[in-house]
Amino acid sequence: MWQTSMRPWYTEMAEHSLHHLQVGDSLPPLSLGAINRTTLALYAGASGDHNPIHIDIDYARKARMPDVFAHGMLSMAYLGRLLTNWVAQQKIRSMQVRFVDITHLGNQVICTGTVIERLEQNGHSLMRVSLKAANQFGEAKILGEALIEI
Amino acid sequence: MISKTHIGRQFAPFHVDVEAGRLRFFAKAIGETNPLYVDLKSAQSAGYANIPAPPTFLFSLELEGCDPMQWLIEFGAEPARILHGEQSFEYFAPVCAGDRLTFNASITDIYDKKNGAMTFIQRQTHVTNQQGQHVANINATLVHRNG
Repeated sequence: MWQTSMRPWYTEMAEHSLHHLQVGDSLPPLSLGAINRTTLALYAGASGDHNPIHIDIDYARKARMPDVFAHGMLSMAYLGRLLTNWVAQQKIRSMQVRFVDITHLGNQVICTGTVIERLEQNGHSLMRVSLKAANQFGEAKILGEALIEI
Repeated sequence: MISKTHIGRQFAPFHVDVEAGRLRFFAKAIGETNPLYVDLKSAQSAGYANIPAPPTFLFSLELEGCDPMQWLIEFGAEPARILHGEQSFEYFAPVCAGDRLTFNASITDIYDKKNGAMTFIQRQTHVTNQQGQHVANINATLVHRNG
């Protein structure tokens, strides 16, 4: 379905549909598979975050953690995917998050977003979207917001 | 405790090259399968000069030139007591493979919470590309547990 000659389907979809979105509307959610040690090893290498607390159980135990745990920035990257699955990346003006809890091995991250405001800024129409990354038990791990240009 | 005298401290600017192979590896690590993030032709037909860096990849690029653990230790922090509290990005222009970025970072604030049990350190980084264009700001809040 992906042809290099055509404009990306999501761009047209986004341009077509964003104007119709209202406060309270939800973004299509993004559900990830369970976080395992391979996920964390790959993310450590690819992201350049080599903090052993995420990849070395011996180090984690010395730091009085029961096991390694996920990089907060991995789940923020998933929230980035939530947004870029929905709009072209150039539409994202800003993204801010708070890391509220540790994401553990076995957690299945679910990213969700909701339009919370429509606003004008310097002649641009924007949408403020709330962001949440939670696990399969509904426990929030990351909370935040993004500003999207319509 | 981390001294507030570090507020306003400027870090030496550094350059980082944005590499296509690194972007593909990052896409794999975060499960990104949209061809736009791995394939040059798909990126170009979406209007990018080259494969774009996904929204949070700027954090990784900054890590390459300046590992926060190093300066935090220099400030008197213990690595095992550091938490990542908050993170934000403001975007002004796309960042793509082939770009050479310049990072200018400074400590914008240091403050205590919970009667000194935790110290919050805020750092802001201005990112410009090889054309001198301001492409993004990166803001990080790191938390040191003092207790």
